Amino acid sequence: MNTQLASTADEPTTADRSAAVSTHLELVVADATYLTQDIREIVLRDPCRQNLPSYAPGSHLVIECEGHANPYSLTGSGDSPAEYRISVLHCPDGRGGSSAVHRLGLGERVRVSLPRSAFPPVASARHHLLIAGGIGITPTLSHLRAAASWGKSAELLYTYRPQQAAHLDEIRDLCKRTPSLSLREFAGRNSFRDGLVEALGRQPLGTHLYACGPQNFMESVIAEARKACWPESRLHIEAFGTANLDPGKPFTVHLARTGGSVHIPSGTSLLEALQKSGVSVPNLCRQGVCGECRIPVKKGRPQHRDLYLNEQEKASNATIMCCVSRSHEPELELDI
Amino acid sequence: MSTGLPTAFDHRLARFPFPFPREKYRYSANVEPAQTLVGTAAGEWGDRLIEIDADYLHELSARRSILAADPSRIALLDHMRPAAWDALLTVLEALSTEYPEHMALSRSGTTCRWVNTLLNEDLEFAVGDDSSIPGGPLRFLSSQVQEDIVLLDQREDALWLDGGVVTFAADWSMGFDVGMRFLEVHGPVPRIHEEQIITRAQQFLMRLQAGQNYRRTNWTMTIDRRLDTSTETYPAWGHDRTRIAEDPALHERLHLRVEVQHLVRLPRSGALMFLVRTYLASLEELATIPAWRQRLGNVLAELPQDMADYKGISKYREAAARWLLEA
Repeated sequence: MNTQLASTADEPTTADRSAAVSTHLELVVADATYLTQDIREIVLRDPCRQNLPSYAPGSHLVIECEGHANPYSLTGSGDSPAEYRISVLHCPDGRGGSSAVHRLGLGERVRVSLPRSAFPPVASARHHLLIAGGIGITPTLSHLRAAASWGKSAELLYTYRPQQAAHLDEIRDLCKRTPSLSLREFAGRNSFRDGLVEALGRQPLGTHLYACGPQNFMESVIAEARKACWPESRLHIEAFGTANLDPGKPFTVHLARTGGSVHIPSGTSLLEALQKSGVSVPNLCRQGVCGECRIPVKKGRPQHRDLYLNEQEKASNATIMCCVSRSHEPELELDI
Repeated sequence: MSTGLPTAFDHRLARFPFPFPREKYRYSANVEPAQTLVGTAAGEWGDRLIEIDADYLHELSARRSILAADPSRIALLDHMRPAAWDALLTVLEALSTEYPEHMALSRSGTTCRWVNTLLNEDLEFAVGDDSSIPGGPLRFLSSQVQEDIVLLDQREDALWLDGGVVTFAADWSMGFDVGMRFLEVHGPVPRIHEEQIITRAQQFLMRLQAGQNYRRTNWTMTIDRRLDTSTETYPAWGHDRTRIAEDPALHERLHLRVEVQHLVRLPRSGALMFLVRTYLASLEELATIPAWRQRLGNVLAELPQDMADYKGISKYREAAARWLLEA
């Protein structure tokens, strides 16, 4: 068994039946503008000018840039788009992802994930109450566009610091010419809180609330809504990455029957690593659901991340669903 | 004149999605990535999302008649209008990619042009304007593909069957189920609740992202080449099930009915679309492939009684197994 093979081979193998499902796109930076001093809008296109995959309102994509992988909300229309637009706030104290995106040059190629939907509007809502704080306007803007094109009723509360409101002109214009939309702007914390309390108290039954902004902003909006007796199922906040399993820590498995070891790097699944090193494992869904890729465990504690095994089975640590699950410890021994 | 459609009768077996990988059949969350080719004892299937075959014109005409006679086979709750348009665009895009010699979708702004030379159609419509397309987006879509279409909304941590066009149902009723939760729709199926198969399937579906299409197969048996075995028409086909075991023409009349269900997250609306394509092959046809003859015989002979009851095949499955294994 060859650990190098497992960690470097990146191309699909013939054993990998889902290899045809691509999850990433290579795009070019077609345009970039500063919307405010700290918010830069980046426009990404296909190098051959093909239309890009459509997406639902509130979707994000993950940009890989200088070793960082950061999610950003898509602000444009998701209906057969010719381009993807993101607006990125520069966070000098962050992990460096936003700085890297701010450094992207025109024509530069970037690898991005397919759009992922984790903050969609509820189709059956009678009315949508959208609440955006600062840069939290980005997913809200795509909600607003969708509401406009389907004639759905929506109200936006937008709070921002003076001179730092991205997309403001566009939003004012969209709300002015669309009868089903309305907009209320707030430039200070106190006026926003008063406006929020007032808005929460006068929504028709069947309204869904969507909040996006800094974590403490969303928490305070949700707290006010609960105080006003809104049901939990009507409250939605943007939580990046919940649709994705994290890449996990690297670990090594030892194969008790056949001998040898396989190293599983962060971001590679145990199943992928086994297949790349020539171990064939039956599999179907690759999402921890179907149960096909179950492997017996001889020693160690699997970090179960599947939906297949029940709690008892998970606690027994006797098997692992190798498509999504990993190891709590650096080493795991499999009975294969 | 060439219709552009495959004509060989053998095509049915060559592309038949034989659904039994093992000697026994049990329910499982048997999902796998879509658009991957599977080899079988008679040929191969599965490389396409939408399958057009020699029965295309015949099945579309059957669907037209069924919808004309019974409008309850099509349903769309109000909030699913964007999903219906999304389904239309998504499937027409897939058709123009998979059948470029016959079909093309082009678009400028909201105006689309759709060409389907198999049906001699060439029309323009405006996305979002129901009156711009014959019958509205969902009904029009059902006039272009052999697949039945089911639309599910995702909300309140559940999936809801809130729309669709189903003319070729295998013993269920679209009109009865519309508006139900996914788990309620599957309420009558034995075993899958205790074994938590259906809750796992729902979890899987709720996490499905656009661009990652999946599929599964399901099966039952049908007497004669009858696609419409819906609850609505039960009086027309139900009694065949009690008589077929004694029928000397059992091997000609009894068909294995296989559904290939594609599971697609519609990218614009976020709704889920099930495309259900039904294939029929008689015991006589299947028996021309020795491996299938043996496998189907074994599966039918071994199938637990509760599963056979639910599938509605109890009265004749032993006779069918006998014919396959002993003849």
